Amino acid sequence: MNKKTNIVGLLQRSSVPIMFVIICALCIPIAGLSPSYLINEIVTRMGRNSFLILSLLVPIMAGMGLNFGMTLGAMAGEIGLILVSDWQIVGIPGMVLAMIISVPNSVLLGFFCGKILNMAKGREMITSYIISYFMNGVYQLVVLYLMGSIIPIAHTSIKLPRGYGIRNTVSLLSMRQKLDNLIPLTIRGVKIPVMTFIIIALLCLVIIWFRRTKLGQDMRAVGQDLEVARDAGINVERTRILSVIISTVLAGIGMVIYLQNMGNIATYSSHSQIGMFCIAALLVGGASVDKASIGNVFLGVVLFHLMFIVAPRAGAYITGDSMIGEYFRVFVSYAVITVALIMYETNKRRAKSLAGAQLAAEQEAQK
Amino acid sequence: MGEKTDIKKEKGWFGRLVEDFGLPRLIITLFLILLLILAPIVGADFPSQITNIIARFSWNGILVLAMVPMVHSGCGLNFGLPLGIISGLLGATISIELGFTGALSFLMAILIATPFALIFGCGYGWLLNKIKGGEMMIATYVGFSSVSFMCMMWLVLPYKSPNMVWGLAGKGLRTTISLEGYYSQTLAKFLQIRIGNFVIPTGSLLFFALLAFLMWAFLHTKTGTAMTAVGSNPTFARAAGINIDRIRLLSVVMSTWLAAIGILVYEQGFGFVQLYMAPFYMALPAVSAILIGGASVNKASITNVIIGTILFQGIVTMTPTVMNNMIHMDMSEVIRIIASNGMILYALTRKTEGAK
Amino acid sequence: MSNDKPRLLEMKNIQKDFFGNQVLTDINLSVDEGEVVGLVGENGAGKSTLMRILFGADMIRETGGYGGDVVLEGKTVRFSSPFDAIAAGIGMVHQEFSLIPGFTTTENILLNREPTKKSVVHDIFGPRMNTLNRSEMDERAANAIEMMGVSVDRKMYINEMPVGHKQFTEIARELSKDQLKLLILDEPTAVLTEKEAEALLASIRGMSERGIAVIFITHRLQEILSVCDKVVVMRDGRVVSEKAAKDTNVAEITRQMVGRSVETSSAAPHDEEAEKERKTILKVDRLWVDMPGEIVRDVSFEVKEGEILGIGGLAGQGKLGIPNGIMGLYQAGGTVTFEGKQIPLNSPRQCLDSSFAFVSEDRRGVGLLLEESLEWNIAFPAMQIQNRFLRNYLGGLIKWRDEKAIKEITDKYIDELAIKCTSSKQKAKELSGGNQQKVCLAKAFALNPRLLFVSEPTRGIDVGAKALVLEALKKFNRESGVTIVVVSSELEELRQSCDRIAIVSGGRIAGILPASASVEDLGTLMLSQVI
Repeated sequence: MNKKTNIVGLLQRSSVPIMFVIICALCIPIAGLSPSYLINEIVTRMGRNSFLILSLLVPIMAGMGLNFGMTLGAMAGEIGLILVSDWQIVGIPGMVLAMIISVPNSVLLGFFCGKILNMAKGREMITSYIISYFMNGVYQLVVLYLMGSIIPIAHTSIKLPRGYGIRNTVSLLSMRQKLDNLIPLTIRGVKIPVMTFIIIALLCLVIIWFRRTKLGQDMRAVGQDLEVARDAGINVERTRILSVIISTVLAGIGMVIYLQNMGNIATYSSHSQIGMFCIAALLVGGASVDKASIGNVFLGVVLFHLMFIVAPRAGAYITGDSMIGEYFRVFVSYAVITVALIMYETNKRRAKSLAGAQLAAEQEAQK
Repeated sequence: MGEKTDIKKEKGWFGRLVEDFGLPRLIITLFLILLLILAPIVGADFPSQITNIIARFSWNGILVLAMVPMVHSGCGLNFGLPLGIISGLLGATISIELGFTGALSFLMAILIATPFALIFGCGYGWLLNKIKGGEMMIATYVGFSSVSFMCMMWLVLPYKSPNMVWGLAGKGLRTTISLEGYYSQTLAKFLQIRIGNFVIPTGSLLFFALLAFLMWAFLHTKTGTAMTAVGSNPTFARAAGINIDRIRLLSVVMSTWLAAIGILVYEQGFGFVQLYMAPFYMALPAVSAILIGGASVNKASITNVIIGTILFQGIVTMTPTVMNNMIHMDMSEVIRIIASNGMILYALTRKTEGAK
Repeated sequence: MSNDKPRLLEMKNIQKDFFGNQVLTDINLSVDEGEVVGLVGENGAGKSTLMRILFGADMIRETGGYGGDVVLEGKTVRFSSPFDAIAAGIGMVHQEFSLIPGFTTTENILLNREPTKKSVVHDIFGPRMNTLNRSEMDERAANAIEMMGVSVDRKMYINEMPVGHKQFTEIARELSKDQLKLLILDEPTAVLTEKEAEALLASIRGMSERGIAVIFITHRLQEILSVCDKVVVMRDGRVVSEKAAKDTNVAEITRQMVGRSVETSSAAPHDEEAEKERKTILKVDRLWVDMPGEIVRDVSFEVKEGEILGIGGLAGQGKLGIPNGIMGLYQAGGTVTFEGKQIPLNSPRQCLDSSFAFVSEDRRGVGLLLEESLEWNIAFPAMQIQNRFLRNYLGGLIKWRDEKAIKEITDKYIDELAIKCTSSKQKAKELSGGNQQKVCLAKAFALNPRLLFVSEPTRGIDVGAKALVLEALKKFNRESGVTIVVVSSELEELRQSCDRIAIVSGGRIAGILPASASVEDLGTLMLSQVI
């Protein structure tokens, strides 16, 4: 009995990854892409996205759900890169400087976000989601109006012709894949971004270590039961804010890694989709709103991006319309998040009603 | 409670105003007043500005009105508005596909949209009843998922009307479809009043007034009363023998249907049907409009709808002109984003009694 | 105890009032090192308040502090938070568990007191970045568990544990604090099986031998007598007796707990003849109700037409579950027959249709629409259930709220029950507790019920309003012939207003006595099957 429910439970928990394996298995042959191309793409995207997705783990640990506010960190990272490319600091030093610039901004934004989320306990996700929209407005204000007019921007190549504001795309040619190629390695035609992987591995180690620290333990306690943690003397508000700050800072650094791989910044849109795709990828990897592991991150990156690569091709092949696949993958991203949210809420309610059912059964048995 | 009123008294009239009205709401109102004063000074055409605000009010009013039933039943702000909008879009495209023109196409669009809205609303309401407490986030993503799903459908569904499909491929709907010859301005032209530059789209306003009146009337009936009670205190309503799930479902269906009608009215004013990703961001302006009008996550009235739509649309239309004339810098988009999302944030962080 | 050494704890002349309502008067209590003190009393006798004062609870400070002195080891202390109390060596195990479900026993025992290993980044980011020292945590948890003398799996997760082990985990957490000198146990055995309870009693003796003093609160008097050195009985905010355990017995303690110093009770004269003639209107058979904290097991009783039946008992014993279960607010089973017709359970609507009405004990949560006007509150159920206060248009298709009729009925009840308000349009949340209670009554009266359940009608309202509420109930019963079932924790109140009193203990009916029965008899029933 117990074993059976365990297996059913396991299947239930991993239903999303299994579904994606099936989708990918169906689409790969139809898409007709060569294995080496696929592997190359997947490896590239793992290097590009993993760091960003890892930044989501800490707030989940602290019980604050999926941090839609990671967009804030992405904005901080972009601002760092814009400034650095204006100062013409190239290559790895430029990247490091961009990260350094992003950190104080991320801390500030994360603090703001955490403060607000503490005022909206119980609806953190929708609030963090709206915060990302709100900050997008502020970001536009800064980048489109203040940069060049108040914040000095010297180079016309990134400035709009009107004299202030940043162009729609900022080229990062000087940094393009500098990190990925720092230690060049190609195995059978598959280019491995060794240095990026090393950094990601380091972050994984840091996260594992962090879970074992006092702060990590406090976050888990706060995440599971806020009131009990408070009674035990843990400063709940501060702990929650810290978790958001850590997530935002990591997202900022992750964004720099992401953009160095892309080679350019889409100034006004890079960050807006990133939160959604990262969250979808994490969920595809089998994470839920209240539980996520490093394994979920990597499984998610592979499955989600495999789908991302093959779906448009497969869609085009089936319907003869390339847009179908494009829309399909957007739809899947949203659908995955929707399903995960629904499962989370229904499980929460089921856990509550389970206690009642058990008592009723006991009473029945007594009769 | 007594303590709170004491504090209110000490704060003086300004403090009281802030407390009753909410600081962001006050700022937005003052901002609009400032814009109205500045408009003539910087040389903007005042009557056409007012005309603009009224016109946009008539386009958007019903979409904002669609928020009311769900707020009343305690389902929160309907971030899932796009679902209803899709019903409306289905009504619009099918009506055109079937070859209806002029005012009749508008009527048929409403008739065709209705069953879609009812079916979608039922499914959506059923889902929201399963996940009480997490409505807003899930509503957002239900909206997004349905929009992106329909993106595929617009391409695949067998529409044939040459006015709607891509000319070259002969299939797949265009992103924008002109309503010229269909129901563009159908309502607005009805009993239209025109004094120089100043135009009042009487028909649209009357249509809004009709629906608003029906909503007001509904809230005065037995079922409407039950709906308010469910939103105010669900446990109380249950103890009084109300079937909470049924009432909530009804509110969701109403909201979805109003959104469907709302988008049709919007289109007749705007003159175009916008497909694909367009419905995506239609929920947020409606949500912030009703909040600016004085509603909270679990309280909303028709007055909130009217005031909110006027304020919100006023800012949307006035800012670009005034700003452009004044500093030659069009910051209106940014101001709109910050103001509307700021308003939603403010409402979400308020402690609401009874809302769980 | 030697005289030169100060006593561990002395509470001197403790006074406490909540907004003018005196709940503790002149309490003196002393505890010596290693002494086990049993604290007993009815609910509302002031035990919890006294312990909260000792433990520095926030709510005491927020409600204006207390009078008198708490002297710990010869020094007067005034804790500003529970953390101060803990630091001074006081530990408390509350009735509600305060445990993290996904943590192991060890992690919970050492929650926020984990030993750490200094890490390299300690100097930059502070001590919270130190890693946990798991082996030392294990060791300390093991020590605490051993001290308790009960075996608990250190690696087990809380959410997989039986209730008893959760209780032991809580106790072990207190014991793991090195400074612990005094442990307060608030009804620790309520959730334990008999065997676990015995183990706990043994561990209390063990603690006492190690010099830790224990204040033990329970309703199980046998336990008190078997483990305590001293028994302190509280009643109405006073200490009425303080005796060595060996010099007293269950009967005496019961009498002290429930007995009134002045014989104020004027129970209605009991008319045996009339009683027999009355026919049974409601029959409850083998009812069970799953109301958290108020579980009802296998309850059967009958209500006679036109009577006022009281249901009494201690908190948590299940008396509140009875009306809530019958009215369909919590999951229930069994049969309920009203005038020969079976009433389906778990459906509030069916009960209301059968002309039942219910005044809930949870005024703010269930009883009122706080954000709405009095008119809405009073007229709403009658409008929804009986289609009253509505005007029909289009042949009943449109049911329009009849504001005038609603105002009329509201004004009528405002007048009749003397509800203090500015107008019938005032919001319910702006009224005082007593007036809110009257609104709840008006809401039920407006339904013109045949059978009225009233749950804790006088909880949290002032003395004047209490009398008014009870009088209104009696009047409603007399003049409208409505059968009423009153559930209350206050025996005296039941004795004054009811015809018969059923006492619930351990989720079951312990007995039904006429209201004229002696307080001692009722009290004995109350404690008979306590869980």
